[in-house]
Amino acid sequence: MRGGIDMLDLKELFSFFTKKESSKNVAKERLKLVLIHDRANVSPQFLEMIKGEIIKVIQNYMEIDESELDIQLTKTKSDEGNRVVPALVANIPIRNVKNSGK
Amino acid sequence: MGEVIVITSGKGGVGKTTTTANIGTGLAIRGKKVVLIDTDIGLRNLDVVMGLENRIVYDLVDVVEGTCRSKQALIKDKRYEGLHLLPAAQTRDKTAVSPEQMQKLCEELKQEFDFVVIDCPAGIEQGFKNAIAGADKAIVVTTPEVSAVRDADRIIGLLEAHEVKNPKLLVNRVRVDMVKRGDMMNIEDILDILAIDLIGVVPDDEKIVISTNKGEPAVTDTKSAAGQAYREISSRILGENIPVMPLIPEDGFIFKIKKFFGLRTT
Repeated sequence: MRGGIDMLDLKELFSFFTKKESSKNVAKERLKLVLIHDRANVSPQFLEMIKGEIIKVIQNYMEIDESELDIQLTKTKSDEGNRVVPALVANIPIRNVKNSGK
Repeated sequence: MGEVIVITSGKGGVGKTTTTANIGTGLAIRGKKVVLIDTDIGLRNLDVVMGLENRIVYDLVDVVEGTCRSKQALIKDKRYEGLHLLPAAQTRDKTAVSPEQMQKLCEELKQEFDFVVIDCPAGIEQGFKNAIAGADKAIVVTTPEVSAVRDADRIIGLLEAHEVKNPKLLVNRVRVDMVKRGDMMNIEDILDILAIDLIGVVPDDEKIVISTNKGEPAVTDTKSAAGQAYREISSRILGENIPVMPLIPEDGFIFKIKKFFGLRTT
């Protein structure tokens, strides 16, 4: 019994030095991301709708490459602390900026 | 007027049936009048976990269809005073019962019993809807795995949508050694994600397999760590304020505690 515990401590100490990420943290991060999607109930159609609206608005100001536009719900580190928060990330390649705004 | 508690999880194989058997028996040991209902129609198992499989005459479907009175279908557990089982039908499917019928049955049983404990099937379809229809309270069972916690989150949402307020979480099959070396999510991690109240933590325990082999719930085994956890959970259901034991006690402490209980209970 005692021997078993000491072995465990040694392993723990070792993993501390090697700084290998514990698998429970991997599990927690994956779970958080999965739940963001589950809870938001984001269907591909839902994202397509957002995409369509964003294209419409941005096209008033600039020329964009619609086929390359990528939008997804993901996670990011929050500003304060290192909490993980959901984020809507859009990657919109710009072809040309219109001057009509001026 | 009794209380109807549904034991649910979403994911299969996390220990709903074992939990139902142990909590029900735990409450009966404490002198309460308890009825367990197996709502897993077509895949019944609570009868074998309870060791009552040879005594089934009528089942849940017979009761809701009016083939027999509910009293006739209840199997009285001869070992524990006040404990009864209403088994599921094995040759029918979930559509043989409706949520309205379940609600009516729960209302009826509540008049006579202190606790009606419902074993919910896996999934979120008809069987789940039947199981929660008459429930006043819910216990969501999960294990420290991504899949089980994810399904628990979904179930918590569905329970709230169906007006079963304030479900409590039971984390089953926790392995202290794995938590300690960072290879299993700990209770804080899970509570942080699910944001609900904890009713108890049940350690992974070989004795559960042994007790299931025999058809005697582990809660009656004073040497079983899981049994001890289920006794504490039963006490919490009865309103007693028993703190959940810390998962990572200092070295040697858990051993002392085990020894302490071993000494006290034998």
